[in-house]
Amino acid sequence: MSLLEVVDLRKSIDGTEILKGIDLSIIKGDVAAVLGPSGAGKTTLLKCLNYLEKADSGYMKFEGETFGMNRITREQIAFVRRKTAFVFQNYNLFLNKTVLANVTLGLTAGLKMKKDAAVKTAMEALDRVGMADRADSYPNQLSGGQQQRVAIARGLASDPEIIFFDEPTSALDPELIGEVLAVIKKLADEGRTMIVVTHEMDFAKNVSNRVIFMDEGRIIEEAVSEKFFANPKEQRSRDFINSIIAK
Amino acid sequence: MDDRLIQIIIDAFPQLLQAFFATTVPLTILSFILAGVISVVAAMILYANVPVLKTICRFYIWVIRGTPLLVQLYLVFFGLPSLDIYIDAFPAAVLVFGLNEGAYMAESMRAALESVPKGQLEAGYCVRLNYIQIMWHIVLPQAYRIAFPSLSNSLISMLKGTSLAASITVMDMFRQGQVINGRVYESLALYSEVAVIYLAFCTLLTWLQHLGEKKLSTYGGVR
Repeated sequence: MSLLEVVDLRKSIDGTEILKGIDLSIIKGDVAAVLGPSGAGKTTLLKCLNYLEKADSGYMKFEGETFGMNRITREQIAFVRRKTAFVFQNYNLFLNKTVLANVTLGLTAGLKMKKDAAVKTAMEALDRVGMADRADSYPNQLSGGQQQRVAIARGLASDPEIIFFDEPTSALDPELIGEVLAVIKKLADEGRTMIVVTHEMDFAKNVSNRVIFMDEGRIIEEAVSEKFFANPKEQRSRDFINSIIAK
Repeated sequence: MDDRLIQIIIDAFPQLLQAFFATTVPLTILSFILAGVISVVAAMILYANVPVLKTICRFYIWVIRGTPLLVQLYLVFFGLPSLDIYIDAFPAAVLVFGLNEGAYMAESMRAALESVPKGQLEAGYCVRLNYIQIMWHIVLPQAYRIAFPSLSNSLISMLKGTSLAASITVMDMFRQGQVINGRVYESLALYSEVAVIYLAFCTLLTWLQHLGEKKLSTYGGVR
């Protein structure tokens, strides 16, 4: 049974249709890489799933509950966000908070955890991304890779059912990409369910078990990773893979 | 400079300073607190785009910024009694200075709020904070740092601006100077003395502003 199922998700921004009917099903333990050229609607899809953007129509089933994508109550949004985490392209760490406070804030203010328990949970999460020793630093004192690892710890701390990654390595210097991908790979090995929008083909090939290829607001092809790269069914998928290899 | 003039300046000094600390300082602080509260509330309404309230804030800022401070003082102190509203000189001055500076500070605060990246809000929502929590823990603290220099400027200009209260009978330092001058007729010497005292305290505030800006320039200090 699928953990997350999306049916006919549509979204327009300023009269342009960004998502033209997305159907998607994620099974527990899936690591789905969402690939596709810029403007395909990958980021918008993730943001709709977490209600950072409000879709125009469609619905989703999450943990057995059904939610309308365009009409949803505050409680339902809270339910979805309590069970998901989001990692941004630009990290979006709270600039006025220390590394530790970045992780605890969502636990104390958001989940009403006690301070001590929140600190303990946060330190464990930071330890898993190798950032526990920088707990007292501020984001502007860290490299991009370190900031992104803290952002992952922040998402991880609430033990979410699904983690959404929106191009987690796109803003990083090339030499810092590896440390972030290593953390994501570790989570994949632990069986975390993740949807990862990425341009890292090696990651899609070797870490994710599924590829979702999008173009112009539609899912063009969905396949097991090895199959997708070895033998893409659709012409547009082939063109995309070739254009990446040509680079 | 003859001895008489020096004596006048020396005699006036403690009286001026007494008026400064007894009236000018409290007037400035109370007005600034009022302006601060008004500006944060107005800025948050404008930032959040709250219907109706937003229009009221726009109207308030438009009227206040479009009319002279001195006229506003006269309206409240001399005008309102015609409507049977009597406000003593000191509270009237606090009200007018607070409302006046609040309008300018609201615009600074709004700009500062808007300069906090949208991603900070999105990240807040994703870790399950509600709007109020996001504003309180994340956006307002960051905006305050951005607005700090312009808020300091407001404080400095307010300290000097309170001298207008003398015109509605508030016994501030400037009014005290006028009173002393009424006895001795040494305008140049006395008003120079008043000016120097204002200058000294404004310099102190400017220095504090620089100190504060340095401390607030980056979170966790310079790398």
